[in-house]
Amino acid sequence: MAAEQQVKSPPAKAALWRRPVFRSTLFQTLLVLALVSFGYFLFNNTLHNLEQRGISTGFGFLSQEAGFGIVMTLIPFSELSSYWDTFLVGLLNTLLVSGLGILFATLIGFTMGVARLSRNWLVSRMAAVYIETFRNIPLLLQIMFWYFAVLQPLPGPRQSINVTDMLFLNNRGLYLPAPVFEPGFEWVMAALAIAIAIVFSTLRWMHKKQEQTGQIFHTISISLGILICLPLLTFLITGLPVSWDMPELKGFNFKGGMVVIPELAALLLALSIYTGTFIAEAVRSGILAVSHGQTEAAYALGLRPGTTLRLVVIPQAMRVIIPQLTSQYLNLTKNSSLATAVGYPDLVAVFAGTTLNQTGQAVEVIAMTMAVYLLISLIISMFMNWYNKRKQLVER
Amino acid sequence: MSSVHTPLPDLPPPITNVGVIGWLRQNLFSSWLNSFWTLLAICLIYLTIPPLINWAVIDANWLGDSRASCDANQSGACWVFILARFDQFMYGFYPESEYWRVNLAGILLLSMMAPLFLERFHYKAWLAAAILFVYPMVAYYLFAGGLFGLMDVETSRWGGLMLTLILSGVGIVASLPIGIVLALGRRSKMPIVKSVSIVFIELWRGVPLITVLFMASVMLPLFLPEGTHFDKLLRAMIGIVLFQSAYMAEVVRSGLQAIPRGQYEAAQALGLSYWKSMGLIILPQALKLVIPGIVNTFIALFKDTTLVLIIGLFDLLAMIQAGFVDAKWLGFAIEGYVVAALIYWIFCFSMSRYSQSLEKKLRTGHAG
Repeated sequence: MAAEQQVKSPPAKAALWRRPVFRSTLFQTLLVLALVSFGYFLFNNTLHNLEQRGISTGFGFLSQEAGFGIVMTLIPFSELSSYWDTFLVGLLNTLLVSGLGILFATLIGFTMGVARLSRNWLVSRMAAVYIETFRNIPLLLQIMFWYFAVLQPLPGPRQSINVTDMLFLNNRGLYLPAPVFEPGFEWVMAALAIAIAIVFSTLRWMHKKQEQTGQIFHTISISLGILICLPLLTFLITGLPVSWDMPELKGFNFKGGMVVIPELAALLLALSIYTGTFIAEAVRSGILAVSHGQTEAAYALGLRPGTTLRLVVIPQAMRVIIPQLTSQYLNLTKNSSLATAVGYPDLVAVFAGTTLNQTGQAVEVIAMTMAVYLLISLIISMFMNWYNKRKQLVER
Repeated sequence: MSSVHTPLPDLPPPITNVGVIGWLRQNLFSSWLNSFWTLLAICLIYLTIPPLINWAVIDANWLGDSRASCDANQSGACWVFILARFDQFMYGFYPESEYWRVNLAGILLLSMMAPLFLERFHYKAWLAAAILFVYPMVAYYLFAGGLFGLMDVETSRWGGLMLTLILSGVGIVASLPIGIVLALGRRSKMPIVKSVSIVFIELWRGVPLITVLFMASVMLPLFLPEGTHFDKLLRAMIGIVLFQSAYMAEVVRSGLQAIPRGQYEAAQALGLSYWKSMGLIILPQALKLVIPGIVNTFIALFKDTTLVLIIGLFDLLAMIQAGFVDAKWLGFAIEGYVVAALIYWIFCFSMSRYSQSLEKKLRTGHAG
């Protein structure tokens, strides 16, 4: 009886300041108050300081005329363009260098990661030397090395290094023939689009068929065949609607063709070599993470080594590789901001550099720049979460 | 008549499968493709290594005191440049008569850190506390002067490797406590605390360090009351610490997550308060687990400190850069960069090896 009564009687109430709910509410209220007042303090100071220095606020400056030129622009840009255009030019250049960097870094990284695991002692050692050397040297140093020590001392346009009269390398950049698309080329693009659509539907059909009947198709050769033959045929039928604009030495510089400016080349080289080392390590750890039993089981089932690699090892390794890979892509994009050290006109160099210096509107400019990078990382991390959810190991 | 079957002794393995030949066959020439790669690799080595050795050692100029001694022989590296400028690479524009102060601070740090690597030393926690709290003050007064009749040296004269080490040291030491608080905040059950921590961490992790440095050097003066003056070095340090603390928070969080729930519950069952259970039970275990991670962030930070040259501080890379832009030594860019790369490489490589060995050593308990 006594025990029952004990259970029924409510437990003694703790003092107010000892209750978890009260404590956490109090603590959080204090935190919010502190943050708000700190923010207000900063905001007030900034307004006051800006007023003192006679700097206007707001985003009105974006429509003003910029009045400076940019070495490399992907969209039409002149000195009459607005500051908003400088933002766009910078953003596009950042995206260009990151995109190309990601492509090359992935190629280098996968090659070196596989080479590191090669059974060939020499090849594996050389890959190890590459990885250990380049990932322990600061990226900025590498960018500067390529730019100031390798590309700048190249001969001038008149003494350019000439490769078969098509490629010219000098201290103003690498000059390449540029393709000129003539009327009729849109048919080739249309054919390419159709080919991609056909390949997709056949792949789905073949997959379904294989699941139903077990019949194996040569998926890769069939799809590659469609993908190459259809556009190529259209290209021939429409009468080769592409001509080449050759770079030519006129006066002191080259005219025509495409040019890869040395700033871009230095940045690309350094970014892809540096990030390649980290990707190589990711690939290696991914492949090593697939237990040997998986390979043995696949062999026991009678799969050939190539098929084992493609169907058993790589899909499982990708689960480890992809998250690391995306974070390296993100790093590469952020690191592309080092462009400002060699003067490649990326977002930071053009917008947070020249535009900021000309307008003095530091708060708006830095906020916009940071917002762009934040947005990119947000998008990439959303992709990561989506991928992780999809590929999560489903255990029994 | 019975006979016991005695097998003949084993034949020795074929000569092609053992020894040097066997090793070569197995590792370099196991198939046609492999042989091709081997030959290609040998070709590559032959094309790069001998010219490199020629340039760096055999043809190099070691003696002399001006560029004249290098101009005579241009096929080799000009190490004269490096030797002539070495003091500046190490100490920046620090007054030459005061170099001993920097050296003393360095020796002091090394001698304080050495016992940490001894297995039998029992006062590691106290020593670590001294390094983290007492040493920075001592070092600051040694560097900056002003006390005990030491000459004042403005921070604008600090530079070279010394500045690189100061920036990365301050960055890591100051960001650790902030990182721990943020990591605890991110795992907190209080919604506001949690979201504030998440926003802070993700904000700094999402932007490149260079924009943070720009912000620190351009916007910090705007944020503070009029008349507050920070020197350039301090502003850069604030930027680096804010940036680094977000990364540190994630490292610490990974350690907190690796501690099994039982430990948290046991601490609660003992009636320990939040701070006691964290300070006495969870954090000591979690921080031990993340030491390799901390070393790795230190390596990243050490490499990232080169970025301060963009906002006009003279770290090791900037000093070397300034060295060969100088008219006296114009054009020795390659030598400069090679030496800079070598110095950074030695630091980073040894630290990464250390972190790998720690990882192996610390893998105790909580496995799986």
